[in-house]
Amino acid sequence: MGFLKTSWHHVRRSPYQTLAAVLVMSLTFFIVSIFTFVIFGSSTVISYFESKPQVTVFFKDEAKQENIDALKEQLKETGKISRINFVSKQGALKIYREQNKNDPLLLDLVTADILPSSLEISTTKIEDLSVVSEMLKNGPFVQEVIYQKDIISTLTSWTNALRKTGAVLVIIFSFVSIFIMLTIIGLKISQKREEIEIMRLLGATSWYVRWPFIFEGIFYGIAGAFVGWLISIAILLYATPSLSYFMQGIPIFPIPFLFMAELLGAEILLAIFLGAFSSFLAVLRYLK
Amino acid sequence: MIKLDKVSKTFWNGNSGLLEVSLSVEKGEFVFLVGPTGSGKTTLFRLLIKEVLPSKGAITVGDFDLIKLPHNKISHLRKKIGIIFQDLKLLLDRTIIENIVLPLEVSGFKPQESRKRAEEIMSKIGILEHRDKFPIQLSGGELQRTAIARALILSPDLLLADEPTGNLDPKTSKEIVDLLLDINKKGTTVIMATHNVEIVNSLGKRVVALEKGKLVKDEKKGKYGVS
Repeated sequence: MGFLKTSWHHVRRSPYQTLAAVLVMSLTFFIVSIFTFVIFGSSTVISYFESKPQVTVFFKDEAKQENIDALKEQLKETGKISRINFVSKQGALKIYREQNKNDPLLLDLVTADILPSSLEISTTKIEDLSVVSEMLKNGPFVQEVIYQKDIISTLTSWTNALRKTGAVLVIIFSFVSIFIMLTIIGLKISQKREEIEIMRLLGATSWYVRWPFIFEGIFYGIAGAFVGWLISIAILLYATPSLSYFMQGIPIFPIPFLFMAELLGAEILLAIFLGAFSSFLAVLRYLK
Repeated sequence: MIKLDKVSKTFWNGNSGLLEVSLSVEKGEFVFLVGPTGSGKTTLFRLLIKEVLPSKGAITVGDFDLIKLPHNKISHLRKKIGIIFQDLKLLLDRTIIENIVLPLEVSGFKPQESRKRAEEIMSKIGILEHRDKFPIQLSGGELQRTAIARALILSPDLLLADEPTGNLDPKTSKEIVDLLLDINKKGTTVIMATHNVEIVNSLGKRVVALEKGKLVKDEKKGKYGVS
């Protein structure tokens, strides 16, 4: 308790250094939060596309129900299909109305006639997608084949790139935080050199002198993590309406509260480690 | 209580602090340590609290063999010794009571108990009314008393006073020495380094004289002077 009190005195008595330490930690944890959101979001988008029918075939208007049924049977006979679902023109309109229920102008303009009927097809093995897709492309009533493997592979490569960029940025900023914290705590130790000397002469142990600086580092870490997390959450909540419109149909928003709490918890653990580690380096370096 | 056996201290720049000093101080003694500036009085005190290590010789303080004492046990030794530094070493950004409780604070005493003990000792030494003032607001004598209170708060077995009357007027000096004598009467061993001829000569206590790091005189009821 005494150490915490002393740490708090250190923090309060040099507000600009405290501000600098908290800000650099906040920046690090802001980046950690943002990249966590991006990675979480893109993983959800990929899972969404992976769980959706992976080939969608749209039919020309002249395609009759028996032509579609015949194609359906033909596909089933290949043994490569795990699920096949027919969406009629009316069904397509229903989906369209559901997706645009908040925009009456868009609802008025579209009727079932202009929407194509389609088959949503999932294959048992992902490698069969190209075979099925090629088979469908040559069909006489087929207007268009959307092959979602391309979307998934593009998204996966983007996510991997983001993950790597995020990891590199987090590592760089963690190092920056450690060095800045080390400098700030080192500066404070130098400022208190006389006080530390007197305490030692009066019988203070090395750890009695060290602990307040270690707690101070932990405080900067936790404060920085909380501020960084808060700013990123505020930005995310602010952007939620436009993002959810952009990602219509993908069940990603609202971001679960538990996820936010878990992120904060993990960031605080990381902050405690970063704060304690950098201040420990400082006391080893400056308190011999 | 204290035993120095052929202790020498040579500093990194080649200067000698002490040369082959052998000295023994019994429990409950009052010893004046005299000698000109640079004669080794402060070095002797620094050796006794293991602030510096001797280059040669052996030192024992109470049960502590200072040569063998590991670094992590130095704090134990220092808690047994009260020290009044020549430059007082008070923390200027702390109040008088906060300065006095410092040895209790570093020993892990609870704040309430520390304050209670500090107030008791401040009352005895006559500085209770200054408890919430800062060092800059006090006179030289009051600051000296603050340093004495801080040195005594852990009820040490040994009190080292490094020129506690330096820069004080004769009346205040007398009051400070009376205070130290009173502490000594209660059983604490006191070693007082001083240049104050009048005080040393008037009290007839043991006098140990140092010159250029050498022990040149050790008299039971001595007078000021190196010979």
